[in-house]
Amino acid sequence: MTEAVHELDVRRMLCPMPVIKTQNKVRTLATGDCLRVVCTDPGALSDIPAWCRINGHQVLETGEAGNEVFVVLRVGEDNGALF
Amino acid sequence: MMSSVTESTQPIKRRAIALVSGGLDSMLAVKVMQEQGIEVEGVNFFTGFCVEGHTHAIRKKDKDKEKRNNALWVAEQLGIKMHIIDISEEYKDVVLNPRHGYGANLNPCLDCKIFMVNQATLMINKARELAGDRGFDFIVTGEVIGQRPKSQRKATMPIISAESGADERLLRPLCAKNLPATLPEREGWVDRESLHDFSGRSRKPQMALAKKFGLDDFAQPAGGCCFLTDESYSNKLADLWKARNERRYELDDIMLLKVGRHIRPQPHLKLIISREEGENRFLEGYRYQFTSITTVSCPGPLALVDGNFQNDEEMQQAAAIVARYSKGRSSDEVTLEVRSPDGVARQVTVEPFHPDAVPLAWNVG
Ligand code: SF4
Repeated sequence: MTEAVHELDVRRMLCPMPVIKTQNKVRTLATGDCLRVVCTDPGALSDIPAWCRINGHQVLETGEAGNEVFVVLRVGEDNGALF
Repeated sequence: MMSSVTESTQPIKRRAIALVSGGLDSMLAVKVMQEQGIEVEGVNFFTGFCVEGHTHAIRKKDKDKEKRNNALWVAEQLGIKMHIIDISEEYKDVVLNPRHGYGANLNPCLDCKIFMVNQATLMINKARELAGDRGFDFIVTGEVIGQRPKSQRKATMPIISAESGADERLLRPLCAKNLPATLPEREGWVDRESLHDFSGRSRKPQMALAKKFGLDDFAQPAGGCCFLTDESYSNKLADLWKARNERRYELDDIMLLKVGRHIRPQPHLKLIISREEGENRFLEGYRYQFTSITTVSCPGPLALVDGNFQNDEEMQQAAAIVARYSKGRSSDEVTLEVRSPDGVARQVTVEPFHPDAVPLAWNVG
């Protein structure tokens, strides 16, 4: 299946922090890189994919396991590093 | 019409950064710019006091409907990119030492606006430096003259432009016609005549414009965009400073002020008692930082203790208050567990406080 190259642990953070941390991490990655984000705030399951759609990144997988949720994404053309 | 774009050279696509709160006004401001062919990206600042986002995650009410980040949702409606910036650390100085003072509660709206526009100015300056024409030319906000009594007055508009450093690069499309022309207008990047002249507290012009743009689903924050405009929240923050004898806060402090029932039975002790399951889950995450109280002999809330018990009486008193909010409130006795952050727990059995015996003055907020 999808191979997540990079990992981001944002457990116990509340929205919008998981989105902010994802955004900041993506800025350090290159187009095509994969990132797996693990969170405990279920709101991230709607916020991170929304953030990806808006900013041109591809969501490869989302899921829940116990108290945790995860999102796997592939960095799009523009990693947003301008900011 | 963009009449002043010269035909001889390839017209540069002008780009703007819009401050997007998630409310209607900033949405409209972006739309007005897009209509004029400006490429817009949004920026949303996380101060820690924001109403959106995690507050929905805490409260389980309207679980599916509400669980969306407004700024992201707005960006999707508008088809713009969105940058969410964590300014919570730097923002403390705005809240603690606002040069222009507070609004009706602890909301430092004018300083807040200046700070945010300044952040956006730093962003466009950096982007122009790094990317030249692919950078950003100006900043857009959804401000309307007279909309808010303190921060959005005609007199405050130039203060925000000047003190933020944005100066002529700050455009307010919804009330631009009431203000001197800015750089984007004078350079012909935008057509001043097509901008608006909204002023005053009425929401009618915004509603009409929303209708014109076909926008019908948007957030309408009543008081303002953050918890600092909320009286009860401001009271809790003021209480925190008083109890600590200093004006200071950490992110966890201001998060916890959004949750639960706050009761202060002793000057040095405050209880944060969950009111429902979502809050319970949220407070659960703080049990490794605070002493916590849970009920053992009956279902009941989770309470965090902010402060240290100086003796057993204080602990029993706290337990009795928590018992009052448990299912055993009308029993003779309730057994509770008091657990310290390191996990050491002891049980106490107390008579629940009678509802009328919890003095109103103990309620914070
Ligand atoms: S309501 Fe809050 S976020 Fe909005 S301007 Fe005032 S202080 Fe800033």
